[in-house]
Amino acid sequence: MTLAASILAGDRLSLARLLTQVENDSPDGRAALVELFPHTGRAHLIGVTGAPGTGKSSLVNQLALHYRKQADKRVAVVAVDPSSPFTGGAVLGDRVRMRDLSGDPNVFIRSMASRGSLGGLAQATAGMVQVFDAAGFDVILIETVGAGQSEVDIARLAHTTLVVEAPGLGDDIQAIKAGILEIADILVINKADRPGVENTEKALKSTLELAHPTQRVFHHHGRYSYATVEMPFDAKLWIPPIQKTVSTEGRGIPELVEAIARHAEHLRSSGDWTARERARLEVELEMLIQEALVARFREEVSPQQFRQVVDQMVQRDVSPWEAVQSLLNGRSK
Amino acid sequence: MSEKKIRVLVAKPGLDGHDRGAKVVARALRDAGMEVIYTGLRQTPEMIAEAALQEDVDVVGLSILSGAHMALAPRVLGLLKANGQTHVKVFLGGIIPDEDLPRLKEMGVTGVYGPGANTEDIINDIRGALAEKA
Repeated sequence: MTLAASILAGDRLSLARLLTQVENDSPDGRAALVELFPHTGRAHLIGVTGAPGTGKSSLVNQLALHYRKQADKRVAVVAVDPSSPFTGGAVLGDRVRMRDLSGDPNVFIRSMASRGSLGGLAQATAGMVQVFDAAGFDVILIETVGAGQSEVDIARLAHTTLVVEAPGLGDDIQAIKAGILEIADILVINKADRPGVENTEKALKSTLELAHPTQRVFHHHGRYSYATVEMPFDAKLWIPPIQKTVSTEGRGIPELVEAIARHAEHLRSSGDWTARERARLEVELEMLIQEALVARFREEVSPQQFRQVVDQMVQRDVSPWEAVQSLLNGRSK
Repeated sequence: MSEKKIRVLVAKPGLDGHDRGAKVVARALRDAGMEVIYTGLRQTPEMIAEAALQEDVDVVGLSILSGAHMALAPRVLGLLKANGQTHVKVFLGGIIPDEDLPRLKEMGVTGVYGPGANTEDIINDIRGALAEKA
């Protein structure tokens, strides 16, 4: 039996092993992803992002508990923490807040290190999510690295993106800056028992009133080309609700889960669900093409050729633009 | 392309609340380029084995200062085996009397470290144990 087949049969050890293969981008991992791809596209992917210390892990813990107890859904969690830029090592600590979930065979938590990726997710996160999707998990909670203002990759991956805020983290200017707040489908003010919650809510509300998106454009670091999801012009506009929670006590969780369900319903009725799927696959394809082209380029242009052109650039004999042309032309010879 | 990283679960089974040692080790392994999954205090052997499975780790590091190592270590080892994770190397840190060492080794514990142990030694032993396997 192939790894993919035993995963479809529900074997947890194979699942764990394949996640490693996918994370390491091994040939076996790729082959399994190919085999599993037809089985994907069923799960609801929920992204959870926000600054460090806003309580993302505790919130994920509560959401997963709720989906288990109230809805009997199978839940997977992918939790990303940063890798050290110096040693490549990482301490992945999200499980500490998720101990309530242990002992339940219908929950599977996987921690992953960002491994140098800057968008709040790791390169392999999308692949790991596909594995969980194919393995039959109904809800996949994706927790990003503690995000600042531009870690917005999650919006390209998830159907529903929760942006978690906490009182006392910034004024209303922070709230109108571009970036992370723009990607929110639902805004969560966690730690809502803390002082300052009214100010946070007010700032977020005024931001929402200013915003009036007619389309979503995913453009990330200029690294990938962007995909546009055009909203059907008669579709109801989704205005991100603000949900207040105290995740250590589970307060506000049922209401948050309800808001998530409403958002999923909105995506389906507006046609945005399909549009997002399409946009996601488009970006993924774009990324894979770039990877493949660069790999092919490296195969065909020798390091000496490359160095020669760099030498010429240093001498100011050729400009970087001419260098690109000459390397691209050179490889066809 | 990504390379294979050493993944280590650092866990504290049992009821003592002294997690400083576990944190120091976690940090040292991180600085050695490993990916450390830290699970926190008061884990049952079942929780540890389950986390080791989900995270597909190469190594489990147990920190036990309560004196219950002769009860906890074999439980964790047994559960890892039952889950099909026989390749996982188990290391033990804490207050472990010398007379227990032979029996722990016999059970399948790869390395044992007491107070004052050098983190460099732990790192080298982990790398050595995994290289042996490969």
